[in-house]
Amino acid sequence: MAANKEQVSTVRRAKHGWILTALFTIISILWISPILVVVLNSFKRKAFIFRYPFGISANKITEGWSEFIAGTKNLFCGTLNYQNGLKATNFLSCFGNSLFITVGAVLLIVLCCSMCAWYIVRVKTKGTKLMYTLCLFSMIVPFQMVMFTLSKFANMLHLSNPLGIIVVYLGFGAGLAVFMFTGFVKSISLEIEEAAMIDGCTPLQTFFLVVFPILKPTTVTVAILEAMWVWNDYLLPSLVLNINKYKTIPIAVQYLKQSHGQIDWGAMMAVLVLAILPIVIFYIICQKYIIEGVLAGAVKG
Amino acid sequence: MGDKSPAPLILSGRVEKGTVMEKAIRKYFPIFALPTLLAFTIGFIVPFLYGIFLSFCEFTTVTDWSWVGLKNYTKIFVVNGTLDTSFLHSMWYTALFTVVSVCIINIMSFIIAMALTKGIKGTNLFRTVFFLPNLIGGIVLSYVWLMIFNAILQNFSKTIVTSQWSAFWGMVIVVCWQQIGYMMIIYIAGIQNIPGELIEAAKIDGANAWQLLRHVTLPMLMPTITICTFLTLTNGFKLFDQNLALTGGNPGKLSQLLALNIYDTMYGTSGWQGIGQAKAVIFFILVAIIAVVQNKLTTSKEVES
Repeated sequence: MAANKEQVSTVRRAKHGWILTALFTIISILWISPILVVVLNSFKRKAFIFRYPFGISANKITEGWSEFIAGTKNLFCGTLNYQNGLKATNFLSCFGNSLFITVGAVLLIVLCCSMCAWYIVRVKTKGTKLMYTLCLFSMIVPFQMVMFTLSKFANMLHLSNPLGIIVVYLGFGAGLAVFMFTGFVKSISLEIEEAAMIDGCTPLQTFFLVVFPILKPTTVTVAILEAMWVWNDYLLPSLVLNINKYKTIPIAVQYLKQSHGQIDWGAMMAVLVLAILPIVIFYIICQKYIIEGVLAGAVKG
Repeated sequence: MGDKSPAPLILSGRVEKGTVMEKAIRKYFPIFALPTLLAFTIGFIVPFLYGIFLSFCEFTTVTDWSWVGLKNYTKIFVVNGTLDTSFLHSMWYTALFTVVSVCIINIMSFIIAMALTKGIKGTNLFRTVFFLPNLIGGIVLSYVWLMIFNAILQNFSKTIVTSQWSAFWGMVIVVCWQQIGYMMIIYIAGIQNIPGELIEAAKIDGANAWQLLRHVTLPMLMPTITICTFLTLTNGFKLFDQNLALTGGNPGKLSQLLALNIYDTMYGTSGWQGIGQAKAVIFFILVAIIAVVQNKLTTSKEVES
């Protein structure tokens, strides 16, 4: 029935469908054009980026074809900006830091918070109730409220390195993760776990062999939401990390501006492309999970 | 035993097993709950409570505090007998920014979502493209747009920070570009959840496109609209990265949103940490009020439906 109806409405709309398709094709190209302009400009000589921001040649095409080609050769400088950008930001080490922190924090959050959520749901005491309430509460507290004290405490506890900041992320990201996991654990029937326990599983075995596999959809959602947050986060790592030693990608981009006073736009364009590229690749590979994760997160959060 | 009905037996058995299980799990507290609890204490509980405490103190770091009572809170508005309007300015600037961006994002993403649920060719590709900017972080995104804005505005010998209004609209464009795709995804899911029978029935009854939208689609989408409105509302209110990277609060702190104003007070001027912390407490209360109102609205909606 439903499929049939969908077909009917598709057929009915088909008359004007191509207009919408054409319109959205144009809008879509415009939509990603800022990124395309940045990619284009990342190959231009930095002196020319603001003189010819949207063109591909220093000369007008009306001046003749050979002039136009010469202008193009003049405008572009190959991978020079990329070399400068990589050097100025030490990009590879920043990428390594970002990757390490994101993967580490997501794994730790997923593991610890799913275990904690199961404990909170299955052991009903005043303590677990309080903890759940506090987790909910932490979700509405803006980071500015804790940024000063949190960064000072992290310093005092020697957490100002990529390994330490993962613990900070677990602490500050626990609210959302515990909330989402408890929501799902509540819907799992007790019988499966009881059966496992009667068969002689310890709580640890029960959790990892029985409960954790059932939690998979929520795990994916939590992992994606937390990964998007941690990878793009600027303020928390810039305050907590020892900036002279460790930078993440957003920090490197921001400091590319400050360290020179004025911005080296050539290097900036190249670094922006390098910062966007991994995200686009990840998005293309995991698109389905990302959109589902975002949807589940939005509806519950 | 045999005479008894089986139901109570199973019930009592289950209750007993439940408590046995609970006891067994409780022994594993150090493994299951303690790591998260410790990190949560370090990462949230202690900084939060200590932050509230410090808002009543004068301090430069967490150990050298001295109690000053409500002085920090009055200093937000009055410094040495003269009125300081910077916080009030960023308050209404933030409120205006939030209202404008909430309206534009929700209307645009709703229109796009309506168009992309008509089953036109290329729908999936369009969705992918619209959602993409959402994954790019605020800092990176803002430098992309800073280049575009300044490249265009240089033709009028202006930059994005020429006035607080160019900065304002610059930030609006950036957050729209970032969030329209995200809200579109939520609206699409909402629209697809409307039962097809309802639309067909309305059509049979002779409803035109406008009536269909006004009396069927929009009422059915109210839960989705509430979610999206509050998501954009809190996002706008808490906006920081885009503000820092795109305008840096320029010209002359006039384009500072609340979050950046707090950051600037705390780290920009030595000796003002206490005032920054007091501002942060007020900021927290504002955000909390929004969250509580949202919670009230969504739960009352759930009861209705």
